[in-house]
Amino acid sequence: MKKLDRKQMAARVARDIPEGAYVNLGIGLPTLVADFLPKGREIILHSENGILGVGPKPAPGEEDEDLINAGKEPVTLLTGGSYFHHADSFGMIRGRHLDFAILGAFQVSVAGDLANWHTGAPDAIPAVGGAMDLAVGAKNVLVMMEHLTKNGESKIVERCTYPLTGARCVDRIYTDLAVIDVKADGLHVVETVDGLSFEELQRLTGVPLKRLATAA
Amino acid sequence: MINKFVASAEAALADVADGATIMIHGFGNAGMPAALIDALIAQGAKDLTIVNNNAGNADAGLAALIGARRVRKILCSFPRQADSWHFDRLYRAGELELELVPQGTLAERIRAAGAGIGAFFTPTAYGTRLAEGKETRRIGERDYVLEYPIHADYALIKADRADRWGNLTYRKSARNFGPIMAMAAKCTVVQVRETVELGAIDPEVVVTPGIFVHRVVRVAASMKKAA
Repeated sequence: MKKLDRKQMAARVARDIPEGAYVNLGIGLPTLVADFLPKGREIILHSENGILGVGPKPAPGEEDEDLINAGKEPVTLLTGGSYFHHADSFGMIRGRHLDFAILGAFQVSVAGDLANWHTGAPDAIPAVGGAMDLAVGAKNVLVMMEHLTKNGESKIVERCTYPLTGARCVDRIYTDLAVIDVKADGLHVVETVDGLSFEELQRLTGVPLKRLATAA
Repeated sequence: MINKFVASAEAALADVADGATIMIHGFGNAGMPAALIDALIAQGAKDLTIVNNNAGNADAGLAALIGARRVRKILCSFPRQADSWHFDRLYRAGELELELVPQGTLAERIRAAGAGIGAFFTPTAYGTRLAEGKETRRIGERDYVLEYPIHADYALIKADRADRWGNLTYRKSARNFGPIMAMAAKCTVVQVRETVELGAIDPEVVVTPGIFVHRVVRVAASMKKAA
Protein backbone atom coordinates (compact mmCIF):
# COMPACT_ATOMS: atom_id res chain seq x y z
CA MET A 1 0.00 0.00 0.00
CA LYS A 2 1.24 3.49 -0.87
CA LYS A 3 0.08 6.15 1.60
CA LEU A 4 -0.27 9.61 0.13
CA ASP A 5 2.10 12.24 1.47
CA ARG A 6 0.82 15.71 2.37
CA LYS A 7 1.39 17.12 -1.11
CA GLN A 8 -0.31 14.17 -2.77
CA MET A 9 -3.29 14.59 -0.45
CA ALA A 10 -3.47 18.28 -1.38
CA ALA A 11 -3.27 17.44 -5.08
CA ARG A 12 -6.03 14.85 -4.70
CA VAL A 13 -8.38 17.38 -3.06
CA ALA A 14 -7.49 20.07 -5.58
CA ARG A 15 -8.53 17.81 -8.46
CA ASP A 16 -12.13 17.85 -7.17
CA ILE A 17 -12.51 21.66 -7.01
CA PRO A 18 -14.41 22.80 -10.10
CA GLU A 19 -14.11 25.90 -12.25
CA GLY A 20 -15.78 28.92 -10.68
CA ALA A 21 -15.80 27.62 -7.10
CA TYR A 22 -15.50 29.91 -4.09
CA VAL A 23 -13.30 28.11 -1.58
CA ASN A 24 -11.98 28.66 1.94
CA LEU A 25 -8.84 26.77 2.89
CA GLY A 26 -8.30 26.12 6.59
CA ILE A 27 -4.99 26.65 8.33
CA GLY A 28 -2.39 23.87 8.08
CA LEU A 29 -2.73 20.96 5.66
CA PRO A 30 -5.63 22.51 3.66
CA THR A 31 -3.49 25.55 2.84
CA LEU A 32 -1.36 23.28 0.62
CA VAL A 33 -4.34 22.75 -1.71
CA ALA A 34 -3.77 26.22 -3.16
CA ASP A 35 -0.50 25.05 -4.75
CA PHE A 36 -2.22 22.23 -6.63
CA LEU A 37 -5.37 23.83 -8.03
CA PRO A 38 -5.49 22.89 -11.72
CA LYS A 39 -4.11 25.61 -13.98
CA GLY A 40 -6.76 26.95 -16.28
CA ARG A 41 -9.57 26.72 -13.75
CA GLU A 42 -10.66 30.03 -12.22
CA ILE A 43 -11.11 29.22 -8.53
CA ILE A 44 -11.57 32.04 -6.03
CA LEU A 45 -10.04 31.65 -2.59
CA HIS A 46 -11.71 33.34 0.38
CA SER A 47 -9.89 34.36 3.54
CA GLU A 48 -11.93 34.94 6.73
CA ASN A 49 -10.19 38.21 7.53
CA GLY A 50 -11.83 39.82 4.51
CA ILE A 51 -10.39 38.81 1.14
CA LEU A 52 -11.84 37.21 -2.00
CA GLY A 53 -9.30 36.34 -4.66
CA VAL A 54 -6.32 35.46 -2.48
CA GLY A 55 -3.20 35.10 -4.63
CA PRO A 56 0.15 33.42 -4.04
CA LYS A 57 2.79 34.38 -1.51
CA PRO A 58 4.53 37.65 -2.40
CA ALA A 59 8.14 37.71 -3.58
CA PRO A 60 10.68 38.33 -0.80
CA GLY A 61 10.72 42.04 0.03
CA GLU A 62 7.24 42.56 -1.45
CA GLU A 63 5.31 41.62 1.72
CA ASP A 64 2.64 44.11 2.85
CA GLU A 65 1.66 43.96 6.53
CA ASP A 66 -1.88 45.05 5.59
CA LEU A 67 -2.33 42.08 3.23
CA ILE A 68 -2.33 38.81 5.14
CA ASN A 69 -4.41 35.63 5.15
CA ALA A 70 -6.32 34.01 8.01
CA GLY A 71 -3.09 32.30 9.08
CA LYS A 72 -1.54 35.79 9.29
CA GLU A 73 0.92 35.01 6.49
CA PRO A 74 1.62 37.62 3.78
CA VAL A 75 -0.36 37.01 0.57
CA THR A 76 -1.20 38.85 -2.64
CA LEU A 77 -4.51 39.76 -4.27
CA LEU A 78 -5.50 38.46 -7.70
CA THR A 79 -6.77 40.87 -10.33
CA GLY A 80 -10.51 41.05 -9.66
CA GLY A 81 -10.10 40.39 -5.96
CA SER A 82 -11.81 42.40 -3.23
CA TYR A 83 -11.60 43.41 0.42
CA PHE A 84 -14.49 43.58 2.91
CA HIS A 85 -15.10 43.75 6.64
CA HIS A 86 -15.45 40.84 9.03
CA ALA A 87 -19.24 40.79 9.30
CA ASP A 88 -19.54 40.56 5.51
CA SER A 89 -16.83 37.93 5.41
CA PHE A 90 -18.67 35.70 7.86
CA GLY A 91 -21.96 36.51 6.14
CA MET A 92 -20.41 34.87 3.07
CA ILE A 93 -19.56 31.84 5.20
CA ARG A 94 -22.68 31.49 7.34
CA GLY A 95 -24.99 32.58 4.55
CA ARG A 96 -24.06 29.55 2.44
CA HIS A 97 -22.28 31.50 -0.30
CA LEU A 98 -19.02 29.53 -0.16
CA ASP A 99 -18.98 26.38 -2.27
CA PHE A 100 -16.27 24.58 -0.30
CA ALA A 101 -14.57 24.80 3.07
CA ILE A 102 -11.56 22.51 3.31
CA LEU A 103 -10.67 21.85 6.93
CA GLY A 104 -8.23 19.81 8.96
CA ALA A 105 -9.57 17.54 11.70
CA PHE A 106 -8.68 15.57 14.81
CA GLN A 107 -11.71 13.31 14.35
CA VAL A 108 -14.77 12.86 12.14
CA SER A 109 -17.68 10.67 13.23
CA VAL A 110 -19.77 8.33 11.07
CA ALA A 111 -22.56 10.93 11.30
CA GLY A 112 -20.26 13.65 9.94
CA ASP A 113 -19.59 15.36 13.27
CA LEU A 114 -16.34 17.32 13.13
CA ALA A 115 -13.80 17.84 15.92
CA ASN A 116 -10.93 20.10 14.94
CA TRP A 117 -10.57 22.97 17.42
CA HIS A 118 -9.78 21.53 20.83
CA THR A 119 -8.03 18.42 22.09
CA GLY A 120 -10.10 18.50 25.27
CA ALA A 121 -6.97 18.67 27.42
CA PRO A 122 -7.98 20.52 30.61
CA ASP A 123 -4.93 22.80 30.60
CA ALA A 124 -5.17 23.70 26.91
CA ILE A 125 -5.85 27.33 26.04
CA PRO A 126 -8.90 27.15 23.78
CA ALA A 127 -8.94 28.90 20.40
CA VAL A 128 -11.66 28.46 17.80
CA GLY A 129 -11.31 31.18 15.18
CA GLY A 130 -13.68 30.69 12.24
CA ALA A 131 -13.82 26.90 12.35
CA MET A 132 -17.36 26.65 13.73
CA ASP A 133 -18.69 29.15 11.20
CA LEU A 134 -17.07 27.31 8.29
CA ALA A 135 -18.40 23.97 9.55
CA VAL A 136 -22.04 25.11 9.52
CA GLY A 137 -21.85 27.56 6.65
CA ALA A 138 -20.08 26.19 3.59
CA LYS A 139 -22.18 24.33 1.01
CA ASN A 140 -19.64 21.49 1.07
CA VAL A 141 -17.36 20.77 4.01
CA LEU A 142 -14.34 18.70 3.00
CA VAL A 143 -12.02 17.31 5.64
CA MET A 144 -8.34 16.53 5.01
CA MET A 145 -6.51 14.49 7.60
CA GLU A 146 -4.29 11.49 8.12
CA HIS A 147 -6.38 8.37 8.43
CA LEU A 148 -4.73 7.14 11.62
CA THR A 149 -3.27 8.80 14.70
CA LYS A 150 0.39 8.32 15.53
CA ASN A 151 -0.73 5.39 17.71
CA GLY A 152 -2.51 3.76 14.78
CA GLU A 153 -6.04 4.59 15.92
CA SER A 154 -8.62 5.58 13.33
CA LYS A 155 -9.49 9.28 13.25
CA ILE A 156 -12.82 8.28 11.74
CA VAL A 157 -14.82 7.26 14.79
CA GLU A 158 -18.25 6.16 15.93
CA ARG A 159 -18.53 9.25 18.18
CA CYS A 160 -16.01 12.06 18.52
CA THR A 161 -14.24 12.04 21.88
CA TYR A 162 -12.80 15.51 21.31
CA PRO A 163 -15.08 18.57 21.65
CA LEU A 164 -17.19 19.14 18.53
CA THR A 165 -16.67 21.95 16.05
CA GLY A 166 -19.95 21.17 14.34
CA ALA A 167 -22.54 18.39 14.28
CA ARG A 168 -23.37 16.46 11.07
CA CYS A 169 -21.51 18.94 8.89
CA VAL A 170 -18.83 16.96 7.00
CA ASP A 171 -19.60 15.93 3.41
CA ARG A 172 -16.39 14.21 2.34
CA ILE A 173 -13.18 12.99 4.01
CA TYR A 174 -9.81 12.88 2.21
CA THR A 175 -7.15 10.91 4.03
CA ASP A 176 -3.74 9.50 3.14
CA LEU A 177 -5.51 6.16 2.56
CA ALA A 178 -8.91 6.88 1.03
CA VAL A 179 -11.64 9.24 -0.08
CA ILE A 180 -14.87 8.69 1.84
CA ASP A 181 -18.28 10.32 1.42
CA VAL A 182 -20.42 10.96 4.49
CA LYS A 183 -24.04 10.22 3.68
CA ALA A 184 -27.25 9.84 5.66
CA ASP A 185 -26.89 6.06 5.58
CA GLY A 186 -23.22 5.98 6.53
CA LEU A 187 -19.71 6.21 5.11
CA HIS A 188 -19.17 5.36 1.45
CA VAL A 189 -15.65 4.63 0.24
CA VAL A 190 -15.09 6.46 -3.05
CA GLU A 191 -11.52 5.28 -3.60
CA THR A 192 -8.53 3.80 -1.81
CA VAL A 193 -4.80 4.27 -2.46
CA ASP A 194 -2.95 1.80 -4.68
CA GLY A 195 -2.47 -1.54 -3.00
CA LEU A 196 -5.06 -1.00 -0.25
CA SER A 197 -8.09 -3.26 -0.39
CA PHE A 198 -11.51 -2.28 0.89
CA GLU A 199 -11.23 -5.04 3.48
CA GLU A 200 -7.90 -3.75 4.80
CA LEU A 201 -9.26 -0.17 4.94
CA GLN A 202 -12.28 -1.48 6.84
CA ARG A 203 -10.00 -3.27 9.31
CA LEU A 204 -7.92 -0.11 9.91
CA THR A 205 -10.94 2.17 10.22
CA GLY A 206 -13.00 0.20 12.71
CA VAL A 207 -16.35 1.84 12.01
CA PRO A 208 -18.57 0.34 9.29
CA LEU A 209 -17.76 1.43 5.72
CA LYS A 210 -19.82 0.88 2.60
CA ARG A 211 -18.33 -0.01 -0.73
CA LEU A 212 -19.29 2.23 -3.65
CA ALA A 213 -20.00 0.22 -6.76
CA THR A 214 -17.08 1.95 -8.48
CA ALA A 215 -14.57 1.57 -5.62
CA ALA A 216 -11.56 -0.65 -6.08
CA MET B 1 -17.69 73.65 12.19
CA ILE B 2 -17.32 69.96 12.75
CA ASN B 3 -13.73 69.01 13.37
CA LYS B 4 -13.00 65.52 14.72
CA PHE B 5 -9.24 65.87 14.40
CA VAL B 6 -7.50 65.64 17.78
CA ALA B 7 -3.92 66.77 18.33
CA SER B 8 -2.57 63.60 19.86
CA ALA B 9 -3.39 60.01 20.77
CA GLU B 10 -2.97 60.99 24.43
CA ALA B 11 -5.59 63.73 24.12
CA ALA B 12 -7.94 61.37 22.28
CA LEU B 13 -7.91 58.85 25.14
CA ALA B 14 -7.64 61.13 28.17
CA ASP B 15 -11.15 60.32 29.44
CA VAL B 16 -10.99 56.49 29.40
CA ALA B 17 -12.15 55.31 32.85
CA ASP B 18 -11.16 52.20 34.80
CA GLY B 19 -13.43 49.29 33.97
CA ALA B 20 -14.18 50.50 30.42
CA THR B 21 -15.01 48.07 27.60
CA ILE B 22 -12.73 48.78 24.64
CA MET B 23 -12.88 47.26 21.18
CA ILE B 24 -9.47 47.09 19.54
CA HIS B 25 -9.46 46.75 15.77
CA GLY B 26 -7.06 44.49 13.97
CA PHE B 27 -6.50 40.92 12.89
CA GLY B 28 -3.06 40.04 14.13
CA ASN B 29 -1.08 43.17 13.36
CA ALA B 30 -3.11 44.18 10.28
CA GLY B 31 -5.19 47.16 11.37
CA MET B 32 -3.96 47.16 14.96
CA PRO B 33 -3.91 50.79 16.19
CA ALA B 34 -0.49 50.63 17.84
CA ALA B 35 -0.20 54.36 18.61
CA LEU B 36 -3.60 54.42 20.32
CA ILE B 37 -2.77 51.32 22.37
CA ASP B 38 0.54 52.87 23.45
CA ALA B 39 -1.38 55.98 24.52
CA LEU B 40 -3.87 53.83 26.44
CA ILE B 41 -1.01 52.13 28.28
CA ALA B 42 0.46 55.53 29.17
CA GLN B 43 -2.98 56.84 30.21
CA GLY B 44 -3.24 54.22 32.92
CA ALA B 45 -6.87 52.99 32.83
CA LYS B 46 -7.19 49.49 34.33
CA ASP B 47 -9.67 46.62 34.80
CA LEU B 48 -10.43 46.91 31.11
CA THR B 49 -12.56 44.53 29.09
CA ILE B 50 -11.01 44.14 25.64
CA VAL B 51 -12.70 42.93 22.46
CA ASN B 52 -10.31 41.79 19.71
CA ASN B 53 -10.02 38.75 17.47
CA ASN B 54 -6.78 37.70 19.17
CA ALA B 55 -5.06 38.25 22.48
CA GLY B 56 -1.91 40.01 21.39
CA ASN B 57 1.26 39.00 19.59
CA ALA B 58 4.80 39.24 20.94
CA ASP B 59 5.46 42.27 23.18
CA ALA B 60 3.88 45.25 21.42
CA GLY B 61 0.37 46.68 21.10
CA LEU B 62 -2.40 44.61 22.70
CA ALA B 63 0.18 42.16 24.07
CA ALA B 64 1.88 45.05 25.90
CA LEU B 65 -1.45 46.23 27.34
CA ILE B 66 -2.10 42.69 28.62
CA GLY B 67 1.47 42.37 29.88
CA ALA B 68 1.01 45.62 31.84
CA ARG B 69 -1.90 43.89 33.70
CA ARG B 70 -4.45 46.42 32.64
CA VAL B 71 -6.92 43.94 31.20
CA ARG B 72 -9.45 42.06 33.33
CA LYS B 73 -11.29 40.23 30.58
CA ILE B 74 -10.87 39.48 26.87
CA LEU B 75 -13.55 38.55 24.36
CA CYS B 76 -11.89 36.95 21.34
CA SER B 77 -11.95 33.99 18.97
CA PHE B 78 -8.31 32.95 18.83
CA PRO B 79 -6.13 33.81 21.81
CA ARG B 80 -3.59 31.00 21.52
CA GLN B 81 -0.73 31.80 19.17
CA ALA B 82 2.95 30.95 19.05
CA ASP B 83 3.78 34.41 20.42
CA SER B 84 0.84 35.09 22.78
CA TRP B 85 2.99 34.61 25.88
CA HIS B 86 1.62 37.56 27.86
CA PHE B 87 -1.93 36.28 27.50
CA ASP B 88 -0.90 32.67 28.14
CA ARG B 89 0.91 33.51 31.37
CA LEU B 90 -1.89 35.61 32.92
CA TYR B 91 -4.65 33.28 31.73
CA ARG B 92 -2.94 30.24 33.24
CA ALA B 93 -2.40 32.22 36.46
CA GLY B 94 -6.15 32.90 36.60
CA GLU B 95 -5.62 36.65 36.39
CA LEU B 96 -7.34 37.14 33.05
CA GLU B 97 -10.87 36.12 32.16
CA LEU B 98 -11.53 34.77 28.66
CA GLU B 99 -14.84 34.68 26.79
CA LEU B 100 -14.13 32.58 23.70
CA VAL B 101 -16.45 33.47 20.82
CA PRO B 102 -16.48 31.91 17.33
CA GLN B 103 -15.06 34.46 14.91
CA GLY B 104 -18.22 34.98 12.88
CA THR B 105 -20.33 35.22 16.02
CA LEU B 106 -17.88 37.79 17.40
CA ALA B 107 -18.22 39.86 14.22
CA GLU B 108 -22.02 39.59 14.18
CA ARG B 109 -22.36 40.44 17.88
CA ILE B 110 -20.32 43.59 17.24
CA ARG B 111 -22.35 44.39 14.14
CA ALA B 112 -25.62 43.81 16.02
CA ALA B 113 -24.60 46.29 18.72
CA GLY B 114 -23.93 48.97 16.15
CA ALA B 115 -27.12 48.25 14.21
CA GLY B 116 -29.50 48.30 17.19
CA ILE B 117 -30.31 44.59 17.11
CA GLY B 118 -31.39 43.12 20.45
CA ALA B 119 -30.17 39.56 19.82
CA PHE B 120 -29.94 37.09 16.94
CA PHE B 121 -30.03 33.36 16.25
CA THR B 122 -26.98 31.84 14.55
CA PRO B 123 -26.36 28.23 13.50
CA THR B 124 -22.70 28.53 14.48
CA ALA B 125 -21.62 26.49 17.52
CA TYR B 126 -24.94 24.65 17.88
CA GLY B 127 -24.27 21.31 19.55
CA THR B 128 -20.81 22.37 20.79
CA ARG B 129 -19.49 23.34 24.19
CA LEU B 130 -19.41 27.01 23.15
CA ALA B 131 -23.23 26.93 23.06
CA GLU B 132 -23.65 25.26 26.45
CA GLY B 133 -26.20 27.07 28.62
CA LYS B 134 -27.39 29.23 25.74
CA GLU B 135 -30.95 29.43 24.47
CA THR B 136 -31.51 27.49 21.24
CA ARG B 137 -34.32 27.33 18.75
CA ARG B 138 -35.21 25.20 15.76
CA ILE B 139 -36.23 27.44 12.86
CA GLY B 140 -37.27 25.58 9.74
CA GLU B 141 -34.86 22.70 9.27
CA ARG B 142 -31.98 24.12 11.30
CA ASP B 143 -30.97 24.60 14.91
CA TYR B 144 -29.75 27.97 16.11
CA VAL B 145 -28.11 29.53 19.17
CA LEU B 146 -29.24 32.87 20.62
CA GLU B 147 -26.45 35.44 20.81
CA TYR B 148 -26.44 38.98 22.22
CA PRO B 149 -24.71 42.15 20.98
CA ILE B 150 -21.37 43.36 22.32
CA HIS B 151 -21.43 47.08 23.12
CA ALA B 152 -18.32 49.07 23.95
CA ASP B 153 -17.39 52.37 25.54
CA TYR B 154 -14.56 52.94 23.06
CA ALA B 155 -13.39 51.49 19.76
CA LEU B 156 -9.74 52.04 18.83
CA ILE B 157 -9.28 51.77 15.09
CA LYS B 158 -6.50 52.12 12.54
CA ALA B 159 -7.69 53.41 9.18
CA ASP B 160 -5.89 54.81 6.16
CA ARG B 161 -7.39 58.23 5.43
CA ALA B 162 -9.86 60.50 7.20
CA ASP B 163 -11.40 63.94 6.66
CA ARG B 164 -12.49 66.25 9.48
CA TRP B 165 -16.02 64.82 9.43
CA GLY B 166 -14.54 61.39 10.24
CA ASN B 167 -15.18 59.68 6.92
CA LEU B 168 -12.74 56.79 6.65
CA THR B 169 -11.02 54.57 4.12
CA TYR B 170 -8.99 51.50 5.03
CA ARG B 171 -6.12 49.62 3.45
CA LYS B 172 -6.41 46.04 2.12
CA SER B 173 -7.09 43.34 4.72
CA ALA B 174 -6.44 45.87 7.50
CA ARG B 175 -10.13 46.79 7.11
CA ASN B 176 -11.21 43.64 9.03
CA PHE B 177 -13.13 44.71 12.19
CA GLY B 178 -12.87 48.51 11.68
CA PRO B 179 -16.23 49.27 10.06
CA ILE B 180 -18.27 47.22 12.56
CA MET B 181 -16.35 48.26 15.68
CA ALA B 182 -16.75 51.91 14.68
CA MET B 183 -20.53 51.38 14.79
CA ALA B 184 -20.59 49.51 18.11
CA ALA B 185 -18.84 51.94 20.47
CA LYS B 186 -20.07 55.07 22.22
CA CYS B 187 -16.78 56.77 21.35
CA THR B 188 -14.81 55.70 18.27
CA VAL B 189 -11.20 56.85 18.16
CA VAL B 190 -9.28 56.42 14.93
CA GLN B 191 -5.61 56.68 14.06
CA VAL B 192 -4.99 57.36 10.39
CA ARG B 193 -1.99 57.52 8.11
CA GLU B 194 -3.26 60.65 6.39
CA THR B 195 -5.78 63.38 7.05
CA VAL B 196 -7.31 65.08 4.03
CA GLU B 197 -9.55 68.02 3.13
CA LEU B 198 -13.29 67.52 3.21
CA GLY B 199 -14.23 66.29 -0.26
CA ALA B 200 -10.87 64.70 -0.98
CA ILE B 201 -12.29 61.24 -0.31
CA ASP B 202 -14.58 60.18 -3.14
CA PRO B 203 -18.03 59.65 -1.52
CA GLU B 204 -18.30 56.40 -3.49
CA VAL B 205 -15.31 54.91 -1.66
CA VAL B 206 -16.01 56.04 1.92
CA VAL B 207 -16.09 52.77 3.93
CA THR B 208 -16.97 54.14 7.37
CA PRO B 209 -19.18 57.25 7.22
CA GLY B 210 -18.25 59.95 9.71
CA ILE B 211 -21.40 59.47 11.81
CA PHE B 212 -19.67 56.47 13.42
CA VAL B 213 -16.44 58.33 14.21
CA HIS B 214 -15.75 60.73 17.09
CA ARG B 215 -12.01 61.42 17.27
CA VAL B 216 -9.28 61.18 14.62
CA VAL B 217 -5.53 61.30 15.20
CA ARG B 218 -2.96 61.38 12.42
CA VAL B 219 -0.03 59.09 13.08
CA ALA B 220 2.93 59.35 10.72
CA ALA B 221 3.64 56.05 9.00
CA SER B 222 6.64 54.23 10.36
CA MET B 223 9.76 54.13 8.21
CA LYS B 224 9.46 50.45 7.38
CA LYS B 225 9.67 49.33 3.78
CA ALA B 226 11.39 52.48 2.61
CA ALA B 227 12.76 50.64 -0.42
